[in-house]
Amino acid sequence: MRIALFITCFNDTMFPSTGRAVITLLERLGHTVEFPQAQTCCGQMHFNTGYRPETLPMVRRFAEVFEEYDAVVTPSGSCAGMVRDYHAVVADQYGDAALSEAVGRVAPRVHELSEFLVDVLGVTDVGAYFPHRVTYHPTCHSLRMLRVGDRPLRLLRAVKGIDLVELPDAESCCGFGGTFALKNPDVSNAMLADKMRHVLDTGAEYLCAGDNSCLTHVGGGLSRLRTGVGTLHLAEILAATEGGVR
Amino acid sequence: MSGADNVIWLGAPAFPDAARTALADTRQRANLRRATGTIRDKRLAVAAELEDWEELRERAAAVKRSTLRHLDQHLLRLEQAVTAAGGTVHWAADAAEANRIVTNLVQATGESEVVKVKSMATQEIGLNEALAEAGIRAYETDLAELIVQLGNDRPSHILVPAIHRGRSEIREIFQREMGAWGKPAPEGLTDDPRDLAEAARLHLREKFLRAKVAVSGANFAAADTGTVVVVESEGNGRMCLTLPETLITVMGIEKVLPSFTDLDVFLQLLPRSSTGERMNPYTSLWTGVTEDDGPQYFHLVLLDNGRTATLADEVGRQALSCIRCSACLNVCPVYERTGGHAYGSVYPGPIGAVLTPQLVGIEQAASLPFASTLCGACYDACPVKINIPEVLVHLRAEAVEAKRAARLLPTPEALAMKAAGAVLASPRRLAAAQRLGAFGARLVARDGRIGALPGPFARWSGTRDTPAPARESLRAWWRRTRGDGDTPQGSRTRGRPGENSRTTEEGERR
Repeated sequence: MRIALFITCFNDTMFPSTGRAVITLLERLGHTVEFPQAQTCCGQMHFNTGYRPETLPMVRRFAEVFEEYDAVVTPSGSCAGMVRDYHAVVADQYGDAALSEAVGRVAPRVHELSEFLVDVLGVTDVGAYFPHRVTYHPTCHSLRMLRVGDRPLRLLRAVKGIDLVELPDAESCCGFGGTFALKNPDVSNAMLADKMRHVLDTGAEYLCAGDNSCLTHVGGGLSRLRTGVGTLHLAEILAATEGGVR
Repeated sequence: MSGADNVIWLGAPAFPDAARTALADTRQRANLRRATGTIRDKRLAVAAELEDWEELRERAAAVKRSTLRHLDQHLLRLEQAVTAAGGTVHWAADAAEANRIVTNLVQATGESEVVKVKSMATQEIGLNEALAEAGIRAYETDLAELIVQLGNDRPSHILVPAIHRGRSEIREIFQREMGAWGKPAPEGLTDDPRDLAEAARLHLREKFLRAKVAVSGANFAAADTGTVVVVESEGNGRMCLTLPETLITVMGIEKVLPSFTDLDVFLQLLPRSSTGERMNPYTSLWTGVTEDDGPQYFHLVLLDNGRTATLADEVGRQALSCIRCSACLNVCPVYERTGGHAYGSVYPGPIGAVLTPQLVGIEQAASLPFASTLCGACYDACPVKINIPEVLVHLRAEAVEAKRAARLLPTPEALAMKAAGAVLASPRRLAAAQRLGAFGARLVARDGRIGALPGPFARWSGTRDTPAPARESLRAWWRRTRGDGDTPQGSRTRGRPGENSRTTEEGERR
């Protein structure tokens, strides 16, 4: 099985540590991970903001870059959702038959990290060690687009040393929503305030999620208020071992 | 566009501005939090009771989809059945025509007042205002509609139009306004819900007993039998539907069901989704007129008002499946905080955000499809499986295209998107932008984070720190540690998929 990492443009730029964690983790589990360097972006921001024609080149590039792989793993629920649910929409509307076919082949092979670990590799205990109090926010697109269910929680529960505490009202959106946070900053802040309150109520040291975009939003608020609560992508907790204690 | 009367409220600000005002209303925030939270929990509990809940949703969605596909035929069958049963069917292309029809019908009875069953269709067309212009007084008899009407207010929820009001506010409204509309509120009225309901009961009773004409909406109408259905909780609807001599029902054309037996599915889904009850207390069904029993004159006004245009949109038409349960409002994190008025329409919340722009045209309500984080809670809650996020992003594209067509110069947003698109079109440009960004960030970041920034950045950075972009992107790290190839340490022999040949191919194929 040839496995490619789709890092996403956001993680590539802002959170390369998440990408390194995915590679570390999968290599520790005995797999070779490839990083196709021609990859860029899934086009989610353009698509969700209404710029569909502008999304087409990214959809095309994605299909071409990842076509040759058996599995594409990505540490982002919303980018995986974009590829799986909406690349076909863009291809059908603005592309051509060949692109639609290519998308039809590639999109189902795209897996969000927790799906890939649990469903494709069949592991829940990845041999991680993380001796901290952690609460988990199930991001909306992981939850309701991809239906990852409790896969991330099963992975986290198997982490040695972790003190995993339940986040109240966990399934409520954090208020990020991509360009929503810019177009509707007041509503976004109102939602952020509630999410932060719930995070603080848990007494967690770290808020964990499968999407760094949501974590940037909630973490940005937690940081501004100097709450001392950090944010960590699921991959980084799963990649942590006793050798490299944080 | 004529006939958009109350679909959008004249002069309503764009959603982000209206939301800002609404968010500052402490009392409303508390009322909404309490009300939506309660109804959400109830809905989840009763939906979970049914093992075949998902199957019911599938069936309901399938019935609605296929009905919409042959809507014209079902409506003609409905007209035939209603007429055969002694009713009269009227067709209204828009709000103005519907209002004219209803006004004429009331005037023909010689009456100058009507009692009303809670109805979204008549709210949509602004019927009360149209009747008032003709000197006819319309009395809302649904408790929440009564609160809205007495308070000279606007509805903020599809099912509970006064959801934004707390009971102390309701007491104030009753004490202040009831006298001007009829029987005044009792002396010493408390804000106990039982007392408030009793005050409304006394106030309304004299209107029910006096009324000769009633106006209603319809939840469903069966095309095969001509049976019209109203589902309600309070019994006020039953009063209006049975006591007066004349009944005028205004119904959106999408409410028709092919067969009476289709009600089986919908009468299970609707109460559970809307009020969180297994069954609603009152389900009134009538077929034309029955001699010496109930209204002797029945008029059914079939309202288009933008629905045919909506039907033409392959993606957007699913919004016409809506059965007005308002489950999507109650689960929406945006609605829960802003309430309904911010949407500037009788149809608020997620369903409003997809319905309103289609009924009135995207240019008239361009901010609504963006009033969502696309979290998907609405889609999960919808009993007829309207994929609201899908329609939202579809309408966002329409909004952008409409703006593009209407303007000579691109908006700043369009320019930013174009620039981002150019960067993301090439891994080389992306890498260069990453290096530039990392350098720039070092100038403004402190301790690895970027604080509040001025101007357009304030929308984000006013409340959130941003981590500085990494000094080394993942792609740069890969090249440094794993070599130039896509595979680590170049362990595979195949050549690197050249980005340049790729783009050339792409260009030629087009």
